[in-house]
Amino acid sequence: MNQATHSSDLGDRTVSHGLRSLRRPTPPGMLEAILERLGLGDAYVEIEGPIGPLFVAYGDHGISLVERAADPADFEHLFLATFGRPVRRVERAPTLIERVLQARVWGRAGRPVKVPLDIEHLPDFERRVLLKTLEIPRGEVRPYAWVAAEIGRPLAVRAVGNALARNPIPFVIPCHRVVRSDGRIGQYGAGGPQAKRAVLEAEGLDTSELERLPAAGVRFIGSDTTNVYCYPSCRNARRIRGAHRVPLRSAEHAHRSGFRACLVCRPVDAPFRAA
Amino acid sequence: MGKVPTDDLCARLAADLDSAFAELVVRHQQLIFGVALRVVGDEASAQDVAQDAFVRAYRSLKKYPAERVCGLRARPWLARIALNAARNHVRGLRPAAGIDELAEQPARDAGPVLIAERRDERAMWARLLAGLPSRYRLPVALRHVDGLSYAELSETLGRPVGSVKSDVHRGTALLRAAYDAEQRRLVREAV
Repeated sequence: MNQATHSSDLGDRTVSHGLRSLRRPTPPGMLEAILERLGLGDAYVEIEGPIGPLFVAYGDHGISLVERAADPADFEHLFLATFGRPVRRVERAPTLIERVLQARVWGRAGRPVKVPLDIEHLPDFERRVLLKTLEIPRGEVRPYAWVAAEIGRPLAVRAVGNALARNPIPFVIPCHRVVRSDGRIGQYGAGGPQAKRAVLEAEGLDTSELERLPAAGVRFIGSDTTNVYCYPSCRNARRIRGAHRVPLRSAEHAHRSGFRACLVCRPVDAPFRAA
Repeated sequence: MGKVPTDDLCARLAADLDSAFAELVVRHQQLIFGVALRVVGDEASAQDVAQDAFVRAYRSLKKYPAERVCGLRARPWLARIALNAARNHVRGLRPAAGIDELAEQPARDAGPVLIAERRDERAMWARLLAGLPSRYRLPVALRHVDGLSYAELSETLGRPVGSVKSDVHRGTALLRAAYDAEQRRLVREAV
């Protein structure tokens, strides 16, 4: 081949054509990954829950929606209807979300992490109810009246119930740990009272014991050694030995008998009977 | 190549960044991934760098006043962000040796013989490009592999048009000489 027959242009074209073969296709999924990092896209995963699988949606701000897993199309619809944007399914959640789910849903304690929640769009009252409910420890329950008192709205007991019924993030925000003061288990948004009972049992709580005490008129348990009284499921109440357990009808009764309220569970009387 | 009118998209970016941004990504991801790949050398890192570049671009767009977004030339602007992100990424790493490896992945849609031929071709071009003096390598690659115009190249590299043009020309001439030498060697071996 004679090099002189190459015009300079022809050579350039060979070079540019050859170099163009080095172009690589963009890897798939780049757009989704970018949108997710910018909080412009949300994703959801399926995880094991205490009473069957769950769909958990999350975005840049945190966990946004949890539902018991049934039809993925229904879940995607619900998400779109709630947030006005689509959600896509992924196989694994990011590490932070995964750790939060392990800790909140299964009680597998690692280093404690702040639970990232996307609840900014909710009304202030509902948000406060949900954040307060998040504080209830695993294996314990509190009455609706307790949540109401804790957020400074002691009479808004029924409103607390309504807010929890609309809890968009059940299992992570443990609305199942909020029960009626009269010992009845109360309603549950994620599958009714039976499901609520099952979730509590899965957390190691004896629900029949839970109902037996209030039915017998006992709302609180006091200790005659420390003179402190608690909700029956409070960790401080559960470690009072049999002989020292003092059943108490009400906070008022407790105070009259010389007990003070536990600083951990901060027990209160319901403002109405059986609230 | 790539002469899509971007003004309209820029106007929409200025009006509603969140809903128009996905289109910016779709339109330019090939270029940005390419620019990143030219610097970092392997596809996985290039993907990370390209993502970082778009995330940075989004944050900048969020801060820019509307006039600035409307007047943006998206390709060189994004390419420059990607270049900086890629250079930050390789800073402190050993120099990318990966450009030959890039040629090792076959195209998905071709028969085995064709794949083998193309791979040889690609491996050769990758080798020739890697053999260029570093001063010419990036301008030549961005011009001929990623298809930036001289004006875009000048903006991306932050250097005058004349100077990038002459670097591309000299680099291309060297590459052509190397290619011809390679061809002669192949002919000699075949005889």
